Amino acid sequence: MSQAISHTNDHHEEHEHHEDLSVLGFWLFLVSDVILFGTIFATFMVLRSHFDGGPTGKELFEAPGYITETFLLLTSSFTSGLATLALNKGKVNQLIGWLVVTALLGLGFIGFEVSEFANMVSEGATISRSAFLTAFFTLVGTHGLHVSVGLCWMTAIMIQLKRNGINALTTRKVTLVSLYWHFLDVVWIFLLTIVYLMGVM
Amino acid sequence: MIDKIKDFASHFFVTGDPLIYGADVSIGLSMVAIFFVLTYFKKWGWLWREWLTTVDHKKIGIMYIIASLLMLFRGGVDALLMRAQLALPNVHFLQSEHYNEIFTTHGTIMILFMAMPMMFGLFNIAVPLQIGARDVAYPFLNAFSFWMFFVGAMLFNLSFVIGGSPDAGWLAYPPLSELSGSPGVGENFYIWGIQLSGVGSLASGINFVVTILKMRAKGMKMMQMPLFTWSVFASCVTIIIAFPVLTVTLALLFIDRFAGGHFFTMLHGGNPMMYVNLIWMWGHPEVYIVVLPAFGVFSEVVSVFSKKRIFGYKSMVFSLMIISILSYFTWVHHFFTMGASANVNAFFAITTMAIAIPTGVKVFNWLFTMFRGRIRIEQPMLWTLGFIPTFLIGGATGVMLAVAPADYQYHNSYFLIAHFHQVLIGGVVFGYLAGIYYWWPKMFGFKLNVKLGLWAFWLWNIGFYVCFMPQYALGFMGMTRRVYTYGWDMGWGPLNLISSIGAVLMGIGFIFQVWQILYSIKYGERDTTGDPWDGHTLEWTIPSPAPEYNFAIEPIVKGQDDFWRMKKEGIVPMTKESEIKPIHMPRNSGIPFIMSWFWFIAGFGFTFGWTWMIVVGLLGVAGSMLARSFTKKLDYYIPVEEIKETEAKFGRLV
Ligand code: HEM
Ligand SMILES: [Cu+2]
Repeated sequence: MSQAISHTNDHHEEHEHHEDLSVLGFWLFLVSDVILFGTIFATFMVLRSHFDGGPTGKELFEAPGYITETFLLLTSSFTSGLATLALNKGKVNQLIGWLVVTALLGLGFIGFEVSEFANMVSEGATISRSAFLTAFFTLVGTHGLHVSVGLCWMTAIMIQLKRNGINALTTRKVTLVSLYWHFLDVVWIFLLTIVYLMGVM
Repeated sequence: MIDKIKDFASHFFVTGDPLIYGADVSIGLSMVAIFFVLTYFKKWGWLWREWLTTVDHKKIGIMYIIASLLMLFRGGVDALLMRAQLALPNVHFLQSEHYNEIFTTHGTIMILFMAMPMMFGLFNIAVPLQIGARDVAYPFLNAFSFWMFFVGAMLFNLSFVIGGSPDAGWLAYPPLSELSGSPGVGENFYIWGIQLSGVGSLASGINFVVTILKMRAKGMKMMQMPLFTWSVFASCVTIIIAFPVLTVTLALLFIDRFAGGHFFTMLHGGNPMMYVNLIWMWGHPEVYIVVLPAFGVFSEVVSVFSKKRIFGYKSMVFSLMIISILSYFTWVHHFFTMGASANVNAFFAITTMAIAIPTGVKVFNWLFTMFRGRIRIEQPMLWTLGFIPTFLIGGATGVMLAVAPADYQYHNSYFLIAHFHQVLIGGVVFGYLAGIYYWWPKMFGFKLNVKLGLWAFWLWNIGFYVCFMPQYALGFMGMTRRVYTYGWDMGWGPLNLISSIGAVLMGIGFIFQVWQILYSIKYGERDTTGDPWDGHTLEWTIPSPAPEYNFAIEPIVKGQDDFWRMKKEGIVPMTKESEIKPIHMPRNSGIPFIMSWFWFIAGFGFTFGWTWMIVVGLLGVAGSMLARSFTKKLDYYIPVEEIKETEAKFGRLV
């Protein structure tokens, strides 16, 4: 009997150990992602005035578009915070609900971004028009790709929550995905400032 | 229809060259042979269960090392082909395009597919054991890293027979590597081969940092870790910071080639020099990523084989960290001649020379450790001793290259070639070989034959000097790198001939090592003690080869070089039966293997621009991730009985 007891204790310890590990690893992954974005930002800074006679940011960027996008993403970050609160309270349905709202807002963000891109392309501002546009599409597109991956990930987690409820594993997954989501939000703030606001100035 | 297929095939398969037909035939034959042997001996199930799906760090380490030795062979054949071409003036054994392809694949393979995996192999073998852990932090991710490296290397190597090899140098400078300069698929193979394996490297970097921070045995403080583990830590921190830059750089180049972008083109505002800056921001730290673990190996070996504590442990740790930080501030020394201002060049010249200081500290510490030590010249020590003079010369010529104004003379000459091979072979390759000899008994339970090892050592060493010393002189005589042939009037003939003879000697040295391994598998001396070298650190407290759970009972550490302390206090590492508890282990999984091959499919699709194939590959990747995400049984327990049995078999049970 004592054997069995110490065994379960062990099990518990190992799980805690594990949670701790994944969070640290995820932070390190975020560090590398910061460097990834930093590098693309740096190339954008170098090329941001290389219009080669093509359209400039001032001509292309339309305030309603990027302001809506910002609004959607910031709100989604807030709702993902609410999801974490529900997680802490142990309320599965509430948690799933907020995640759904977060994902929908994220989807809206992607929708606006895609239509913004499509508009630009239809005006002849394609990725191969100038170095500035190459850098623009790459930087904003990389962020968009991150958001899309986040959406897929979030969906998978929602299915698991539905099936298995809240347990150590799903708790960890929700924590990580919301960390990721906030991170994308911060990156967007930089994008907004450096690409859009400085671009139209 | 037939004509269409013929036409496609003649573009798809590289044809018209006897070397390539030879490669086709040998690839075909070895595939058939492997298939036949596995089927005949009914080994498919074994291969799948024991190796392809394994998450055991020791087995992953072994696979890394096998793959890297194969790549050393491929890169070595490239080297010999080049040296054959250059041995005499006016040789036309290789065409100029072919020569370009070969120096490109040689450089890329040696650094990314030979040095990196050999390094990860040693990490996997030694780090968990040295810190008293049962595994790395993320065993599943670890397997994924290995398979990503593997498929990346396969993709890159495939370019030789399908579609054509890259030929824009190992760093693929634009505009040469742009679509305008390299319209074929070669550069795409380069980009995707490296990109896939780079993902694996980054994941390994994260994995080992977390492992070292979080998985150390109870009682082991950071400042008590073995120096190899410290060097791994320094190297992995550098990986986490440097590899994303590489990923981005190659992605941008690909966007230029694939989507008509203008990051680095000469037209529409692109800036090729930006690429050169970016790639060296990764490239210079990269050389420290590969050399720091070699320093770690030397530190272990020198202290064990001198029967002394390492001299200046703290200064060894600090110098490792300082080197990894300084390595970020030197990248411009690769293009002093680009026309930056004198101040910029001066800054980077000084930072470059500054690295010589912590490196010098290390060399002196090794020498002081040996001083008055009881030195035993076993094979790992032999390679360490061989390393010191080569590295001193390599370091000195490096400082010469760091003098910006003087670099205008040496830039891209054979002097440079001699310098970096001196540090890469003398430092990195010798270091890893020392590490493989050192941990070999721990991996396989037997020692490698000494006599054959001596032959290999002397052939490599003598061959090395014969090959590269003449190249310093050739550099001063005006021979530049990447020339595929030269005339009699240049006067470079004799020295080149000598150099090629040296290369052949190293090649024979490698053959001796293969022979040594094969011979020792059959006749090698068994290591029954688990501690063949009278080691200082925890990996030597357990049997060889290590059982899958490493430590039957997790060790509790009291200080640095804990095993040495135990020996002094007369403690013999034994497993107390009463203390054994069930051990929690990660379950094997086929997902890393399958997912990586889907990445391969996607990478191949990207290389050829075949959308359907990209879609298939990426869907497969997503499917594998989902499958993983929904897997429930991730772990299992090894029951007490089984542990007792294993430990009893090794004679460890009390
Ligand atoms: C084993 C003996 C080796 C020999 C005989 C050898 C020989 C050569 C030769 C002849 C070249 C071409 C020089 C030129 O024409 O520009 C070369 C380039 C190069 N080698 Fe090696 N090599 C050896 C090992 C290594 C190793 C171990 C590494 C790295 C770990 C390495 C990395 C490189 C790199 C990065 C280049 C530059 C490729 C380029 O120009 O793009 N080599 N080597
Ligand atoms: Cu450098």
